[in-house]
Amino acid sequence: MAATAVTASVVASPRRLVWQRRRAAVARNWALYRQNRQGMVGLGVMVFFVLLALSSPLLVSPAEIEPATAQGLPNQRPYMGYPLGTDNFGRSVLDLVIVGARISLLVGVTATFVAVALGATIGLISGYYGGTKIDVVLNAVTNWFLVIPWLILAIVLSAILGASVWIIILVIGVTSWAQPARLIRAQALSVRARPYVERARVLGCGDRTILTRHILPNVAPVIFANAILTVAVAILTETTLSILGLGDATAISWGVIIEQAFSAGAMTNGYWWWMMPPGIAIVCVTLAFTMCGYALDEVLNPKLRGR
Amino acid sequence: MRARYAARKLGWAAVTLMFVLCFNFFLFRIMPGDPAGLLARSQRLTETEIAEQRAIFGLDKPLMSQFWTYLHETLTGNLGASYLTGQPVLETISSRVWPTVLLVGVGTSVAIWLGLRMGIKGGWHRGSTYDRTSLYGSLTLYSTPEGWLGMMLLIIFAGSLGWFPVGGYDSGGDATGLAHVFDVAQHLFLPAATLALGYGASYMIVMRSSLLEVKDEDFVATARAKGLTETMVRRRHAVPNAFLPSFTLIVLSFGFVLGGSIVIETIFSYPGIGLLTYQAIDAYDYPVLQGVFLISSLAVVIANLFADITYGFLDPRIEEV
Repeated sequence: MAATAVTASVVASPRRLVWQRRRAAVARNWALYRQNRQGMVGLGVMVFFVLLALSSPLLVSPAEIEPATAQGLPNQRPYMGYPLGTDNFGRSVLDLVIVGARISLLVGVTATFVAVALGATIGLISGYYGGTKIDVVLNAVTNWFLVIPWLILAIVLSAILGASVWIIILVIGVTSWAQPARLIRAQALSVRARPYVERARVLGCGDRTILTRHILPNVAPVIFANAILTVAVAILTETTLSILGLGDATAISWGVIIEQAFSAGAMTNGYWWWMMPPGIAIVCVTLAFTMCGYALDEVLNPKLRGR
Repeated sequence: MRARYAARKLGWAAVTLMFVLCFNFFLFRIMPGDPAGLLARSQRLTETEIAEQRAIFGLDKPLMSQFWTYLHETLTGNLGASYLTGQPVLETISSRVWPTVLLVGVGTSVAIWLGLRMGIKGGWHRGSTYDRTSLYGSLTLYSTPEGWLGMMLLIIFAGSLGWFPVGGYDSGGDATGLAHVFDVAQHLFLPAATLALGYGASYMIVMRSSLLEVKDEDFVATARAKGLTETMVRRRHAVPNAFLPSFTLIVLSFGFVLGGSIVIETIFSYPGIGLLTYQAIDAYDYPVLQGVFLISSLAVVIANLFADITYGFLDPRIEEV
């Protein structure tokens, strides 16, 4: 791998060279990651659920999860054709869980995107201008969002703004960017002090070039590892909001299934087959993302290796 | 310079609270429909009560003048009236404080005790069976939504086995003395256990990793070289240094625990601030929601201030930063 990079560097343009180096770095990190059993198990589970979510339109037809057209008997224990039983409308719980994967993952990933985009922008700018007034203000805002009870803020916000998938995504994004911002600020502060940043400045690069070309690529791995961990938190937050009845009842997520079961008295009636599967799915996916995030952290953070 | 450190932290807490106050005001004015319209939407308040509320908060005046009225009323303890019951918000919330304090207090104490113990034992014997079991157990619990965990405990221990009541603060009888204490404890057990399991797991993970961080430091090697027993090295040298970062994280998580207690109280019909919040969400009772956010922010900011100052005394190095 290193040999090809060297020979190619003779002919390649600087841009191609950069991408070649990046590809080599990714390959190196992937080789390290592959040795992490915990990370590989997490990745496997993650891929399984992502594929399940993507193929859910092929596996379940909309009529089967429509309360009016569902074919099963209501509130049945697992029986022929309904391996996880049915809910109070006679919908197959298995179908619901398959369809729920789509919304739960969509919310988790999109909300994370919002949170990490916000957190990365604020953290990068704050860190790059470390010590100046901009940093003081941005850092104060970040600390403020870290201190206030953000789960309660998310609950209050979605109660005000109403229940829709996009509002939930926005609310989770807006309330969970502070953690990534703090981490990225610290990274940016340390990258900023490196000699090549100084060299770029001497060569006449502006702030924007230095930020996007030199600091961002070096902070990107940390952002990525953190984003994976944030997905887990976002999925849990979505579940919490849904259980409180703040979810979008028209977009079935795992949290919404749990809430519907709870409201329909699944607990007093002992309908465990309705209540358990969505929860187990959440645990599996969250655990998978968490394990992947930790494994990535270990790969990218040599200090943590061997733990 | 401890006084200066404390003063700086106090100043920061005051600024934070000021921001919470402003934020709270504007937050409830971005909602669809203005507050005056929402007042009218409420069915429980009479016409005169609505007019009274409007007059107090000047809801027909310009935004800035509304803001000053809001600040003045809030700082003098008037958080408005509940749309649902017409009762003052502050009274409504304070009548529900005790169950939540009990639940969060007991739950967090158990979580800290369990989490730190397991984290220390696991981290010190890294890679042992105990370590791996407790780490994977904690990661799984950390990945479990508290609400669902509560439902599972409820189905198993209250539903199927019938060991515990299904919800509430007490049985509502006129039991006194020890009988009442036992009754309350029996109702508290499952919700507190849910909270303790969920958060104990994350404290375990935090404590374990900070112990691992100091484990290979020179001062630990020095302590060992002095001939101290392994227990003494752990107790006197490693754990105190590893404890400090966990301490900050534990306090920072306090706001999250309060949020989690909303779901847990809802599942177990536990009549604290959490259940109040749930009922307020259901009835679009915005003044109560606003009050809950304000009071819980106050609690969290005070907890953090307390932690910061304690930290300053526990770790003299912090002043240099």
